[in-house]
Amino acid sequence: MSISQRQGAEAARSDSRGSSWVRLVNGPQTLGRGPLFWVGFAVAIGAAVAYPAFVDGWSVGNTAYFFCWVFMALGLSLIWGYTGSLSFGQTAFFGLAGYTYGVVTINFGAAYGMTIVGLLVGVGMSCMAAALLGYLLYYGRISGVFLGIVTLSTTLVFATFMAQTAGPKWAIGDARLGGDNGMTGMPPLTVPWFGGDIALYSGVPLYYLLLAMVVLCYLCLRILVNSRFGNVLVAIRENPHRAEMLGYDIRRYQLIAFVIGSGLAGLSGVLYTAWGQYISPSNMNLAAAALPIIWVAVGGRKDLTATLVGTLVVLGVFQNLTIFGSYYAFVIMGLLLVIVVVFLPKGLIPGLVQLVSRIRRRKGDMS
Amino acid sequence: MEYIHLSFAAFYQFGDAFAFLVLSAMGLAVIFGMMGIINLAHGEFIMCGAYVTVATARMGLPLPVAMLCGSLAAGVLGIVLERTIIHRLYHRPLDSIVATWGISLILTQGTLIVLGSSMAGISTPLGSFSVGDYTYSTYRMVLLGVAVLLLVGLYVVFHHTTFGIHSRATIQAPHMARAAGIDTGRMYSLTFGLGAALAGLAGALYAPTISIVPTLGANFLVESFVTVVVGGADVFLGTAPAAATLAVIKAFLTGWQGQLMGQVGLLITVMVVIRILPQGLSGWLLKGRT
Repeated sequence: MSISQRQGAEAARSDSRGSSWVRLVNGPQTLGRGPLFWVGFAVAIGAAVAYPAFVDGWSVGNTAYFFCWVFMALGLSLIWGYTGSLSFGQTAFFGLAGYTYGVVTINFGAAYGMTIVGLLVGVGMSCMAAALLGYLLYYGRISGVFLGIVTLSTTLVFATFMAQTAGPKWAIGDARLGGDNGMTGMPPLTVPWFGGDIALYSGVPLYYLLLAMVVLCYLCLRILVNSRFGNVLVAIRENPHRAEMLGYDIRRYQLIAFVIGSGLAGLSGVLYTAWGQYISPSNMNLAAAALPIIWVAVGGRKDLTATLVGTLVVLGVFQNLTIFGSYYAFVIMGLLLVIVVVFLPKGLIPGLVQLVSRIRRRKGDMS
Repeated sequence: MEYIHLSFAAFYQFGDAFAFLVLSAMGLAVIFGMMGIINLAHGEFIMCGAYVTVATARMGLPLPVAMLCGSLAAGVLGIVLERTIIHRLYHRPLDSIVATWGISLILTQGTLIVLGSSMAGISTPLGSFSVGDYTYSTYRMVLLGVAVLLLVGLYVVFHHTTFGIHSRATIQAPHMARAAGIDTGRMYSLTFGLGAALAGLAGALYAPTISIVPTLGANFLVESFVTVVVGGADVFLGTAPAAATLAVIKAFLTGWQGQLMGQVGLLITVMVVIRILPQGLSGWLLKGRT
């Protein structure tokens, strides 16, 4: 390396230290950079903040319900879209965390911030399970299709296991696992506050809490994928052998990404369970496991923004279709998935972005 | 005498598990081993086979003919799907999994819409026989025989017929095969169709023993995945030994702790096996051969 190059590298390093956060949020691994995007982002947040003032309580609660799922989708985008390992079993971590939250809060109640403890224990459990499974898979050099099969089998077996836990024999403390009917009776998230705890039932306060969490999680993940760590993840996705030859222990990076993504799936599981005070094995079966794949694939798995927007849109469409019966909704979701995978493998939103930029360029050429 | 009875009981349990694993995995293994595609709509081909078998048997066809109908229907469905969707995804193996999952959703939920949540089944044929104090289902023993025959038959098809040789040539060196005048697109379709027909046959054979619901394919899914993963890419050196090994574990755990523990045991086994033998049993058996 010549002296001038080294100086340049050092200058870049010190420069990046100064405005590193901005640089990372705005980095190359995410679509949507530049002032126009951030103005749009601010408008979107403003609209989301103002939203409860204009609609009825049910819509607010329903949107909060959509927000619950976003974390699992963003986590899958990290694992599948950015790192390139196909995990079909995110619902296993979703369910594990949900059940854990139920067990903790049913046994210890909601006072003294126990629900927050339940949330942390739930997410921690899913991280640990993901670390164990991920260690076996990545350090066993399992990749590609096999990874998908093993993770899918895991969630299916876990769902079968939970489905047969009916009856008083299957209980942890006071918490009945409940078999096919699922577990009920856990308290909603409760924030300890001066002058009495605040229980966040489905409503405006929960909506704002979840909105803040979604935005925070989105920005943190943007920083993560644009950091040195995130660049290595993308390098692994593009060519694992090359990344390895460059000296990176790809197993460690894949494992860490898998644990983070699965922890986010766990967070979704806890929030979903707390939102509806209910979790059941049907949240982990074959059809449920397909849903996160659909959200992420349809939106555009290789970009966080596309995943976020795609997830919310697909959830909304799916719910509106369920009015005609959930079978129809699933058929149409399946069709959507097949069409997107065959014709728009990058997803709908990056496809649209590409189209718009191509039209712009053509106009620029003509003028 | 008691000793013989007990060992027959163990053999019966093992044979039952072996037949189930071989039959449910065969179609998946052919498609994966020959084309490198994991077909997540595998369960739906099984479901198709079971539905057509039950429907035609209730219309009055003799059961073996009805089963052939079921298998054929699944094979035709497989060829149609290969021509319309799968053939676009051969160079994108990961996307092909996701696409087949979409197909699986459409088929399961579509069947629910069209045919309702369940269908009247047919009874298990052939009655039972007894050894010692226990009675056994004759049909389960027939299934074991069918599984073994099928393995032998597939070996003959892939190694001693023109179709098999063309198909293996297509898989190993598509350009050379095309240069030698083989219609590779047709070979892919036929191989996929064969895999689908084998899955349909599994559904057809087990149709009399299970309840006929649109999600019945899911009951086969974990076992077939596990067998194929443990077996690796070779159908004959992989699937058969994998099924034999797993059948011992499954029969033992199921007999000891029930069906679910059998499944959990299989899942743990697969994780241990891929940790030690990432290429599966066939990769290990073929080590050193190129």
